[in-house]
Amino acid sequence: MTISEIKQGIADRKFTAQELIFSYLEKIEKEDGNINSFITVCREKALKQAAAIDKTAKDGGQLPELAGVPIAVKDNILVQGERCTAGSKILDNYIATYDAAVIRKLKACGAIIIGKANLDEFAMGSSGEYSAYGHTKNPLDSRLVPGGSSSGPAAALAAGFCAGALGSDTGGSIRQPASFCGLVGLKPSYGAVSRYGLISLASSLDQIGPLAKNVQDAETIFDAISGKDQQDSTSAASFATAPLETAKLKIGIPREYFADGLDQGVKAALEKAIKKLKEANCEFVEISLPHSRYGIACYQIILPAESSSNLARYDGIRYGVSQRTGNSLEDIYLSSREKGFGVEVKRRIMLGTYALSSGFYEAYYTRAQKVRRLIKDDFTKAFLEVDFIITPTSPTLPFRIGERQENPLAMYLSDLYTVSANLAGVPAISIPCYNVGKLSVGLQIIGRPFREKEIFSLAKLFEKIK
Amino acid sequence: MISQEEIKYIAHLAKLSLSGKEIKSLQENLSGILDYIEKLKQVDISAIQPLSHCMDLENELRQDETEETGEDEAIVAAFPERQDRLNKVKGVFINGDQ
Repeated sequence: MTISEIKQGIADRKFTAQELIFSYLEKIEKEDGNINSFITVCREKALKQAAAIDKTAKDGGQLPELAGVPIAVKDNILVQGERCTAGSKILDNYIATYDAAVIRKLKACGAIIIGKANLDEFAMGSSGEYSAYGHTKNPLDSRLVPGGSSSGPAAALAAGFCAGALGSDTGGSIRQPASFCGLVGLKPSYGAVSRYGLISLASSLDQIGPLAKNVQDAETIFDAISGKDQQDSTSAASFATAPLETAKLKIGIPREYFADGLDQGVKAALEKAIKKLKEANCEFVEISLPHSRYGIACYQIILPAESSSNLARYDGIRYGVSQRTGNSLEDIYLSSREKGFGVEVKRRIMLGTYALSSGFYEAYYTRAQKVRRLIKDDFTKAFLEVDFIITPTSPTLPFRIGERQENPLAMYLSDLYTVSANLAGVPAISIPCYNVGKLSVGLQIIGRPFREKEIFSLAKLFEKIK
Repeated sequence: MISQEEIKYIAHLAKLSLSGKEIKSLQENLSGILDYIEKLKQVDISAIQPLSHCMDLENELRQDETEETGEDEAIVAAFPERQDRLNKVKGVFINGDQ
């Protein structure tokens, strides 16, 4: 069911919020054993929240925007009183002491947190296979990965375990799994959504955003969670609230994104989408984002550098799993981190520490920051000429479980078309366009900073005409 | 290729203890990734300023005020080892029982 269907159903007394939540919980209990999309199911609290909604409805009170809507939350976003693991053994016993800003807002809108969804450990991964709580399967085909790192939110939504989900996107972690599972996923402009209560991966790249069944639902969730928050000084105060008013939308196609390595099926689906949009009076021009080819290399320095610093806090001292072997403080750090972190997390910490270490800082980190400026400037220039940029979300269809797990570089290249939006801070959405067999191809629309409403309106147009 | 000595030194900085097997596999993985990153050297960055953040941020200042959050008990309960309401840790400036 979509969010609007749920809203209508509860308003028309077709079902109560409790009946609805109960049916979702039943489905999770029956089917998630195979998919493994949840780390924690918030059964008791969800039913309690639903009972409160039903009481408001019965008393004739006004129901808030997301009343009774079951939402899956990626397990790196804090929900007060619930375990929050970030997919890591080092936080296996950690209970969140407060609500993230987005959770506070969702609860105020009547949304029901149905569970904490699986992810690659600390959101490092593009397939869900790096979770310490077992990999998640793609509900469209259980031999395939659901994408990552928001593997659980995407799989839970595609499997019908919730009506919407929250993920986090640092280099493609909402859009790529949305693409792999046939869903809509938005990476908002940097600063559009508060990061307060999100377990940090790379602070200058991270954004929380919605996964949804259709564009309208994604917009409804985005409206609920976005806006200035005193607890996150990088959150922005104002942004555009209306879609673009123009007779003819001008869309850029970056030639670098349609080059080698693009799967033929993905390419054909994109070409069909472009043809449809042309018929709907959109104008297409070829553009160049010349530095996009350095996106992954730039990202593979900035991300590990920021995350190795962020992950220094996991030391076994104040919370989380602590190994009290040995005699010294140093022993606690070393053994807690050794036992607590998985292989990919250690790899990125090592790479980041190397890039930031004395003697290499200039050659790696400073150089990457300079290239990052060039990547951002490419977008600024492109948006002088066009209103939107359209690309594939992923160069390939979902790959097989195990196929890239042992090859970190192949895994990193999964994010080829998505990382640039994070480096430049611009908003980008992935929407399903056409199928190849039973698998869906994701189309990415990138827009100007803080113009999410424009992206939604073009995405809705495509949804209607496709 | 990055040396095993370098891997050990970085692990020391990162407070990671690694097994011999991990050192070997990190040596291969990191060398592969660093080779790939080399392509950044193709870009002319001579006149470019580094970008640490994609928004034009200004410092936002506010009074440093204490607030009651009601989270105290939950925070104390999360301490791996405690004595009353204090977080118990090993000596910071001493080694073990010295």
